[in-house]
Amino acid sequence: MQGPLIDTLARYGVSRRSFLKYCATLASMMALPPSAGRAMAEAMAAAPAAAKRPSVIWLPFQECTGCTESITRSHSPSIEGMIFDMVSLDYQETLMAAAGHQAEEALHNAMKENEGKYLLIVDGSVPLGLDGAYSCIAGKSNLEALKEVAKGAAAIVAMGSCAAYGGIPKANPNPTGAVSVSDVIKDKPIINIPGCPPIPVVMTGVLAHFLTFGSLPEMDKLGRPKAFYGETIHDRCYRRPFYDQGKFAKTFDDEGARKGWCLFELGCKGPVTYNACATVKWNGGTSWPVESGHGCLGCSEPDFWDGGGFYKALSMPADPLKVVAGAVAVGAAAGVAVSFANRAKKSGAKGGHETTTLADLEK
Amino acid sequence: MNEMQFLTWVRGTGLNIAVGIFLLGVIWRLIEIYSLGRKKDLSAPRNVPGASGWHTVFRRSMPPKDMGMVKKSPVSYIGGYVFHIGLAVVVFLFAPHIKFIESVVGLSWPGLPSQFVDLVAVITIAAMVVVLADRINKPVKRYLSTFEDWFTWTVTFLPVLTGWMAVQHLLLPYTTMLALHILSVEILLVVLPFTKLFHAFTVWGSRYYNGAVNGHKGVAV
Repeated sequence: MQGPLIDTLARYGVSRRSFLKYCATLASMMALPPSAGRAMAEAMAAAPAAAKRPSVIWLPFQECTGCTESITRSHSPSIEGMIFDMVSLDYQETLMAAAGHQAEEALHNAMKENEGKYLLIVDGSVPLGLDGAYSCIAGKSNLEALKEVAKGAAAIVAMGSCAAYGGIPKANPNPTGAVSVSDVIKDKPIINIPGCPPIPVVMTGVLAHFLTFGSLPEMDKLGRPKAFYGETIHDRCYRRPFYDQGKFAKTFDDEGARKGWCLFELGCKGPVTYNACATVKWNGGTSWPVESGHGCLGCSEPDFWDGGGFYKALSMPADPLKVVAGAVAVGAAAGVAVSFANRAKKSGAKGGHETTTLADLEK
Repeated sequence: MNEMQFLTWVRGTGLNIAVGIFLLGVIWRLIEIYSLGRKKDLSAPRNVPGASGWHTVFRRSMPPKDMGMVKKSPVSYIGGYVFHIGLAVVVFLFAPHIKFIESVVGLSWPGLPSQFVDLVAVITIAAMVVVLADRINKPVKRYLSTFEDWFTWTVTFLPVLTGWMAVQHLLLPYTTMLALHILSVEILLVVLPFTKLFHAFTVWGSRYYNGAVNGHKGVAV
């Protein structure tokens, strides 16, 4: 197997064998048949030279650049990073050298030259409030830019929870009127890669799938690739046996926490969060939030920010119970009122009672 | 509304509404029932009524000496015991439930391993299905059953079923099933004070009352 990518990888000191192993791992992570690993490797290795690489346009909207950071600093130098070498990242504000009208020119050229073929990656939510004035690039609102660029895209990747579901900008009370990409674009294939930020290998997995098969991988009903978001954090968590045994850390520094017991009572949202953190982990497999002692925040789920508090156990009330005193007072008043009504009825019946004498019975 | 918003709603607004109606109903009904009163019985008690009352509270939880009802209606008797004890174990000894109770009233106690609670839930579900089948099968029981009997069985059964299905990841994603589970508990809370399910609160009081009246009249129990 030869190709421009293999040469590039070799320059970085990554052997052909490592690359094949990576592709096989990627294929198995995505629950694809073994032959898919080789197909992926061949498709990616054969990716044409620089001038003809598949075009990718990355639009940043209401975001914090955390998604870009996650990909670019995953565990540098990474194969994830190098996968990006086989695409032509024609517009990415954080990474590109160009600025101002030159950057805009690059965007428009990429759109024109790759009409109908380019992959659009979006990170950040789209503000609809004040006609989109909350976030503009080159004098255009994010809404306008998204509609314009999405028109010629082959597919769209909503990268991170903001693009996928609105994320933190959409958190209550959503001052900018933030919405997700799929709320705006209805006529293009969209895949959501939620997470705050998402796991790099998920991104490269989806990219590799798109480049190999020309399509997006199988998705769940929230538009996420099933292979990575098919199971909950809780079900794959190494602390799960402690949950089953009823062993819970009560504080972040008690004996239970030191022994690695379950963090459910400290607010872990693992049971309702679908993501691959527990299996893929972060920073090259070093660790992940639950392993480092903090419960899962549920960042790959819609509206995780408004899920009733990060440090409240899932079985606890999301809001304080405010109605207790009122309900007891109203209940007591109702009880007393009904009691009086019953007593009135009773004394009414007593008053209306007619004495029956023996003579009456003999009539 | 997506499934996470649904879950947050049932954990927040929904829970507030349900707990509000539950408390309102419980206080209302307790005051109403205990204020009903009866004419004072002026006759001299034949036995000590209080002792008879207390005795009845416990005695009625024991099978009779001749095992009369156990033999006559074993399904109701044994099935009833099994599902009541099962409900108590599942509701009060499953760790997430204890966490809920602790967050609401501040009391907590150790829980049981989740696999054990899971087993008890299955036994409870089975016992409830058996008592329902018995109610349908026996002509007399069926004749005596009203809408309230079927309805209260359903609202008691659904929380157990949905809770178990959520834990087992059956039919629907966990998040949705968990939300449905909490919703079904909220329906139970709303319905409880206004149906025969209120026996959860009145059972001991009414047993004492029956025992005391009987004792007063001379039926030593």
